[in-house]
Amino acid sequence: MSADPIPVDAILEAAADGGIEFDGLRITAADDEYSLETPDLHRTAPSESVLRDILETIPASVTNWHYWQERVGGDGTARRAFLRWCERAPIAGGDDGLEHVSIDDPLTVSQRYAGLQEGIDREWGQLAITTRFRDLDDADTDGERVYDCWHVADADADVADLEVFDDPRDARAIATEDADGRYRPLKTAPTLASGWAFTGLSGDELVETVGFFYPATIANWHRELHGDLDISHWRETAARQTGIYDILEELPREALEWVAEACCVDTECLCRREWHYDEDDELAVDGGDGPFPCREPCSLVVAAARQWTILESERERTYELEVTPSELNQLSAIVDAVAEDRTDKIREADVGDGANRYRARYLRAKRFGADGLKAVERTNE
Amino acid sequence: MQALVVAAHGSHLNPDASSPTYAHADAIRETSAFDEVREAFWKEEPHFREVVRTLESEEVFVVPLFISEGYFTEQVIPRELRLEGWDPALWNSDGTDASQVTLEATDVEKTIHYCGPVGTHDAMTDVIVERAESVTGDPDVGDGVGLAVVGHGTERNENSAKAIEYHTERIRTRDRFAEVKALFMDEEPEVDDVTDYFESDDVVLVPLFIADGYHTQEDIPEDVGLTDDYRTGWDVPAAVDGHRVWYAGAVGTEDLLASVLLERAHDAGADVDDVVESEHVVGGDTDHDRKPTTTVGD
Ligand code: SF4
Repeated sequence: MSADPIPVDAILEAAADGGIEFDGLRITAADDEYSLETPDLHRTAPSESVLRDILETIPASVTNWHYWQERVGGDGTARRAFLRWCERAPIAGGDDGLEHVSIDDPLTVSQRYAGLQEGIDREWGQLAITTRFRDLDDADTDGERVYDCWHVADADADVADLEVFDDPRDARAIATEDADGRYRPLKTAPTLASGWAFTGLSGDELVETVGFFYPATIANWHRELHGDLDISHWRETAARQTGIYDILEELPREALEWVAEACCVDTECLCRREWHYDEDDELAVDGGDGPFPCREPCSLVVAAARQWTILESERERTYELEVTPSELNQLSAIVDAVAEDRTDKIREADVGDGANRYRARYLRAKRFGADGLKAVERTNE
Repeated sequence: MQALVVAAHGSHLNPDASSPTYAHADAIRETSAFDEVREAFWKEEPHFREVVRTLESEEVFVVPLFISEGYFTEQVIPRELRLEGWDPALWNSDGTDASQVTLEATDVEKTIHYCGPVGTHDAMTDVIVERAESVTGDPDVGDGVGLAVVGHGTERNENSAKAIEYHTERIRTRDRFAEVKALFMDEEPEVDDVTDYFESDDVVLVPLFIADGYHTQEDIPEDVGLTDDYRTGWDVPAAVDGHRVWYAGAVGTEDLLASVLLERAHDAGADVDDVVESEHVVGGDTDHDRKPTTTVGD
């Protein structure tokens, strides 16, 4: 395939029109003379045609500029920032001084152009995202990137073994059920099924795909990156509720710790929880360490917390029940197995496991009556 | 740039609740009438709270995929979108007239055109009629046939009954069906007694619901007597008390609903003239077409 000419016209126009300062490429124009700098080069050009000649010797800088300024565009948008992040470029194109958990040392253009041959990898929740050149033969003179996206568990899989998609909307169906066919009401739960791949996506398509897998995560990450994530803490969220959620304000403070531990830790949700009880009243439970933040209690947590608010309104009582020490331990084992979603992994005949089905049935036969566990409420002695 | 947001209820329990939302949003995507199209939900993601920030467009048209004006359209959606200065009085509606209001949201620098729900738009009348056509497989259905428009009733929201009656009346004045009646699930006249209210042998039952769920797939089929057990399904038409009742679930799955979304945005000033004028949007992949086994009027 013959190489297209390096797209220098647009960059010349931009150079003449106020100069360029982008991704290590700097061109200034003064008194009909141009000055051009890259990390490895410093030249002056007395005319546009000399500048053109110089630009043709640095195709990576030119096509990089072209890809970002002419193809991706969207200065200041979350879409552009995310695509920059995907190839480990400095987000704003210069030394932007941005500090964020998701950002490590950015790569220069020449480092990226080396990396994009094979592909530069990133992880976003359970998504593995690879940025690579669309056309390896003409990589330098083309500069066009494409993006592949698959499950982190399939990172080493052969694409031929995966179901391949190219329409971002297909992500919706993939995200709907977990590997066992159960509905996933929380998109950021770490239960995304594997076995698929989106290949050769454009930047816009990648952003759309990620938006279907993990809605609004890019937008909120981008806000956080720039220090303007609008966090709504629990009290504000509870106070806003109406209708059946009106009662949320009555949830005890300590119960919110248990809510966060139940729902928001990394084993349950990949969002990094940034909200607390209140701005100056932090929860002790770990919020996680993923790249994208959670800025307020989600609808699932709100709905579950409503249930807990109702349950927490009950008065505690003391019960007496007769069990052996092993049976007491078994109750813990059963709760543990359910809480860790382990019940379907306990083998049928593994009667050594307290949460085994036969063990549970035995306990029920022995200690449970028609109304459940046989226990007597202790009244005032 | 202009964006359309389809604001729907969604569900934590039932994955099918959002299927019509996706199908209609996709149908509109296919028209390229908007630079961006997003689904947004109360119980799924992106949530109403987070949807607008995902858009690059400055002009955002939000259309609630709800049947009637009420708690969700007047309180929940505007509050969660953070519409500054919202007041239901701005719609100046007595229950079925809401068109749109233009406001700003406090968390984004965008203009939001907050539209009335799809269910009360005049074009919804056509969707109900189209559902009668598709369930009977007869594009001219009407002669000698009764049409029942079914809704919740006032128990949860008085405007819900108003929307049902509004469309019932509009269809009645078209003189197309032999009889047109509004029936309800939780008040008189009750859908359970549908055959008492119609003289026509053939009765088409169209529930004005957005998504299929418990009410449309379990309650109505059993209460009306289409089947003893919803799990075994029912015939279309089903014989009930000497009548033939044609029924296929929520009208919200009808393809034509996508054009009601467009009409709402159009009324609010969206630049979609080309698409709206080129007639119907071709619908998405909804699964309403339970093919009839008989011909209406046989
Ligand atoms: S509230 Fe908790 S569970 Fe919900 S998205 Fe945020 S971190 Fe995840």
